[in-house]
Amino acid sequence: MSHDLIGNIGNTPLLRLNKIAVGLPGIEIYGKAEYFNPGGSVKDRPALNMILEGERSGAMTSGKVLIDSTSGNTGIAYAMIGAARGYKVKLCLPKNASPERKRILKAYGAELVLTAAEEGSDGAIRRVREIYNADPDRYFYPDQYSNDANWRAHFNTTGPEIIAQTEGRITHFVALLGTSGTFVGTSRRLQQDVPGVECISAQPATGFHGLEGTKHMPTAIVPKIYDDQIASRNLWIDTEDAYKMVRRLAREEGVLVGISAGGNVCAALTVARELHAQGKTGVIVTVLCDGADKYLSEHFWDDPEMDVDSWSI
Amino acid sequence: MARILIPTPLRQFAEKNDTVELPGATVGEVLGALTAKYPDLKKNLYNDEGKLRSFVNVYLNDEDIRYTGKDATAVVDSDVLSIVPSIAGGKNVR
Repeated sequence: MSHDLIGNIGNTPLLRLNKIAVGLPGIEIYGKAEYFNPGGSVKDRPALNMILEGERSGAMTSGKVLIDSTSGNTGIAYAMIGAARGYKVKLCLPKNASPERKRILKAYGAELVLTAAEEGSDGAIRRVREIYNADPDRYFYPDQYSNDANWRAHFNTTGPEIIAQTEGRITHFVALLGTSGTFVGTSRRLQQDVPGVECISAQPATGFHGLEGTKHMPTAIVPKIYDDQIASRNLWIDTEDAYKMVRRLAREEGVLVGISAGGNVCAALTVARELHAQGKTGVIVTVLCDGADKYLSEHFWDDPEMDVDSWSI
Repeated sequence: MARILIPTPLRQFAEKNDTVELPGATVGEVLGALTAKYPDLKKNLYNDEGKLRSFVNVYLNDEDIRYTGKDATAVVDSDVLSIVPSIAGGKNVR
C-alpha cells in the first residue's frame, strides 16, 4: 500500500461483467476498471510515464511549463500529477469540453486554452503546436499522440496486470483507439507474452461521433504512435450503442462508466457473440477508461431511445 | 439565408465547406436543405427514423435547439446554425 498519490496509479481491479455476458456460456468478459486510478481514468498511466520519462531525459525541468492538447482525461492526469510534483500545466482543449471538466482542470491549477468546438481534438492539436513552436524552450510538450512513453506505460503496467489478473487465460483483448496508446502498448505486451492471444481494435463507425476521446482513423489526424499492424481486425462502434451500454452497465452491473468504456464493452460483447456463434469459449478483456461523473450532463441519460429496455440482445 | 457551420469531420461530405448558406423558415427546413444539397450528411446527422442522432447538438446562434422548439425553431436571415458533436457536455459552445 503506497501512501504516495503517484504510487497509487495503476494496479486497478479487473471486473468480471457477468450480466453483460448472460446467455453466452463459457465466455468471460472482463473490464479493466481504470476509473479506480487517482485521477479517475486510464490516462493517469501514460501521463505519469511521459512526465517521468521527460524528467529522465531532461526535457522536463522545474522551470518549464507542461503543455499538451487533450480532450480531457489526459489533461486531468497532467494537472493532477503536475500539482503533486510542482509543475505548471497549460492545456489546449475544444470549447465543448464539459463545464465540469474545465472546473476540475482549473481546480488543479492548470491554465486552459480553448479551441473551436467544430474542429474537435484536431483543432486543439494544431493550437498546441503553434504555441510550442513559438517558444519551445519555455515548454515541455509530451505530445501524447507521438510519445512512445504513452504506449510503453501500457506495455509496462496495463498488459502485465491483465496477464496476472487472468492468470494468463486471456484469449482476446479489444479496445477503442484514441491516441492508440492503450491498444498499442497493451497489445504488444500480450502478443509478446500470451501465445495465441487475439488483439482487436475498435473505432467510431463514423467520423462524426460522440465517443469521447476516440478517433475515426480514416478521417482524423493519425497519431504517430499508432501501428496498424497490431490488430487482427477492427470493429466499428456506433455512439448510440455505447450510450445504451453505459446505461446497461450502470443498472445491471453497478458499473458507472463513461462513453468510451461503454463502446469498449460493446466491442467486447460483439467478440463474445461471435465466439458463441462459432461454439467457442473465451476470456475477453477490455478497458473501462473512466467513470461517468464527467458525462452526467449528457442528454442520453434522459433519452428513452437510449434506455436499457430498448437494447436488443 | 441562414449560415450553417459545418464541423471538421463532416466537411468531407459537404464539398469541404466549413460554412454553407441555405434558405429556410425553421431549423428543420434549413437542415432539410442542407441534407438535400449534401445527401451523404444525412446518415451522419439522422437516425433511421429521421430524427437527429442523440449525440448531434444543433445550436441556433448560442441556443441548443432542444430547448427552443427543436426542428420547429424559427430561423431568420443572419442566424447562425452550428452542428456540434456531443463529445463531453457539448454545452456553452460559443
